[in-house]
Amino acid sequence: MSRHRLLFTKTGRAVYISHLDLMRTFQRAFARASLPLRHTEGFNPHPVMNFALPLSVGTASVCELMDFDLLAEPLPEDTEKRLNDALPEGVRVLKAYDSERRFSEIKWVCVSVRLEYDKGLPRDLTARLRALYEREEVLVPKRTKKGTADFNITPHIGALTILSQSDCALIFEARLSAQNPTLSPALLVQAIELYEPDLKPDFAAFTRLELLDGALETFR
Amino acid sequence: MHTRVALCFPDTYEIGMSNIGLRILYAIANDMPGVWCERVFAPWGDMEEEMRRDGIPLYALESGDPVFMFDIIAFSLGYEMAYTSVLNMLDLAGVPIRASDRTALPPLVVAGGTCAYNPEPMADFIDLFIIGEGEEVNSELITAYAEARDAGLTKEEFLRRAAKIPGIYVPGLYDVKYNEDGTIASIEPREGAPYPVVKRIAEDFERAPYPVKTIIPTTEVVHDRTALELFRGCVRGCRFCQAGFAYRPVRARSPELLAEQAREALAFSGYEELALLSLSTSDYRHLGPLCDALLDYCTPRKVSLSLPSLRADNFSVELMEKVQAVRKTGLTFAPEAGSQRLRDVINKNVTEEDLLNTCRIAFEGGWSAVKLYFMLGLPTETDEDVLAIAELAEKVLQVWKKHAKNKNRGVRITVSTSCFIPKPHTPFQWAAQVPRDEYRRRVELLRGAIKSRAITYNWHDPETSYIEAVLSRGDRRLGAVLERVQKNGGKLEAWEEYFSFDRWMEAFRACGLDPDFYALRERSEDEVFPWNVTSVGVSRAFFRREWEAALGGAVTPDCRVQCTGCGAAALLKGGRRCDE
Repeated sequence: MSRHRLLFTKTGRAVYISHLDLMRTFQRAFARASLPLRHTEGFNPHPVMNFALPLSVGTASVCELMDFDLLAEPLPEDTEKRLNDALPEGVRVLKAYDSERRFSEIKWVCVSVRLEYDKGLPRDLTARLRALYEREEVLVPKRTKKGTADFNITPHIGALTILSQSDCALIFEARLSAQNPTLSPALLVQAIELYEPDLKPDFAAFTRLELLDGALETFR
Repeated sequence: MHTRVALCFPDTYEIGMSNIGLRILYAIANDMPGVWCERVFAPWGDMEEEMRRDGIPLYALESGDPVFMFDIIAFSLGYEMAYTSVLNMLDLAGVPIRASDRTALPPLVVAGGTCAYNPEPMADFIDLFIIGEGEEVNSELITAYAEARDAGLTKEEFLRRAAKIPGIYVPGLYDVKYNEDGTIASIEPREGAPYPVVKRIAEDFERAPYPVKTIIPTTEVVHDRTALELFRGCVRGCRFCQAGFAYRPVRARSPELLAEQAREALAFSGYEELALLSLSTSDYRHLGPLCDALLDYCTPRKVSLSLPSLRADNFSVELMEKVQAVRKTGLTFAPEAGSQRLRDVINKNVTEEDLLNTCRIAFEGGWSAVKLYFMLGLPTETDEDVLAIAELAEKVLQVWKKHAKNKNRGVRITVSTSCFIPKPHTPFQWAAQVPRDEYRRRVELLRGAIKSRAITYNWHDPETSYIEAVLSRGDRRLGAVLERVQKNGGKLEAWEEYFSFDRWMEAFRACGLDPDFYALRERSEDEVFPWNVTSVGVSRAFFRREWEAALGGAVTPDCRVQCTGCGAAALLKGGRRCDE
């Protein structure tokens, strides 16, 4: 049994494809690319595919990882091209390769957060955001399996860097805990609404930029 | 200059993209030089609200261009409850709803589909209807339109010309007069328009276009699969079934061609399910060899085979094993009526023995869930017939107890009933629908008779069926009702969350029309029906013979046992014969 990995992007209109639909899309893309996936045994066989960190609808990414098993080995050299020919607009495979590293090693995800203000950036926006995210405690309600619970987000925020700034939009990059616990970038915006309501953006968009392990090295 | 066609499906994307007819007609139009055909669906309510708030008109999916820019706006009418969605989509597109308010060309608003066999309720809104299958006539129409536009013809001039294309019905060219009792006195064509308009068919079904390269939705649609069309028409002659008559004569594809189409379509799409479509798949003459050929391709690729329309009287062990070769799908049969007497009335020609035998095969093969569909309110139905449904379900349960392979898993028998709707161009076109209260009484009767907890009983509410009965056999005067319902917010009424019975009843009252007149009245032998303007190729005399046979409880053998001379074979030219 072999285990292969894909590095792919999900951008543009493809951000509206839900995780479930993305799984179906890949399943069909593999079939169209004549790359038969290995299926599970049993009563209702399904293809073996495993996504590192399922992406929320609306969030773009340039660093998605997915593991899969093929019936035939090894991985054909033109796997990327064959899949890209079969995938819809906005989903692009950058690399197909073999990897021994486990997804559980992923510790951080770097996300760019774009905040839009139709009437111009509020005064002292960057300074106030930094101050907010550096507080000891910023509680935000988070959905869990048992309902919602207050979740302190700041211990799970790493470095914060301003990437660009214009009249009506601020883009910053934040390093967020990827799993155990997962800090969704949407909670950063929710914290603004709760603690600094006058800084509430008219629109917020997120793009996953990179996955890091515990040593802050790129995870592939 | 390009001719732009907006192919509109008056329901959501998920429903419309599951429709094989839409895919076929989309491909045919786009294969024509100089034609660009796009898809348009009805937005869900929240989306529509945003669109109306921001002044975004209804647009086509491929280009994003507003529908009002298109040359031809074409609607598929598959079920009556979509009529108000057609009006709502026109309104959302900023196109006047009434044909008489659209004086210029473009746009030309056309409609086709099974509901067009009685086009009259929509006659006020649609410039012309396409009667029958669209494979050939659609191209003729688009070409005629492009010529007329380039020649600078007025809309009236074009419509007069279009009426000469076989299969095209231009409602504006017919005068309808009424008797004092509300029935139709006469339908008179003007300017040489044909009467009736005889439906068109794809005569050479083997060579009729089948799109192997289709759009693959990224989001999940209702039927997310590759579909093969085995044959059109049906040899059975069930008297309630409009499709069974409207799609005659029977035309089948060869198993070799179907297997090739399946391989190409599956390779292109990557779908994991292949559905074999027809009105009665187990009646396909080459089903065994076809399934074998398909399974050779599908099994190693984990593609499952589904056969949605199986009859309970010729379901075999071999067939069952084929269907479950990859994955087990649910098993559904439609005995339609509980007693043999009533099944004879409707000419279902399925015996209790057939059904129980089939269930035995299924249970022995490890299936543990069976769904049984019935109609309540069929002509001549008595309380004994209703109670017989419960008895039949109980017998199915006994068969499971006796023959089930593994009883630990339990059994699920689901009985569903809906309220019978008499349809145009069927032997039951003369029949009355049962009143809603009577339907509910029969539901309660049946509910009380089903004792076992292994049997689940579901029933459809009669309100939608009643409105559907009004529309399916309605006349032109219903246009005012449809317009009022749409103005009062009616749309997507096939969805429970959007259907409002009160809104319909208010509109009937406001327009001075009695819905009972259309739904609950048994019609006289010689009544001029609104749908006399169209012909499905089956003669009225045949339907009448079948209606009388039904009342006498006499069955008619299926077309393979003996041709009943329904008339549809005359639609085939060039030496072709029905069901060859």
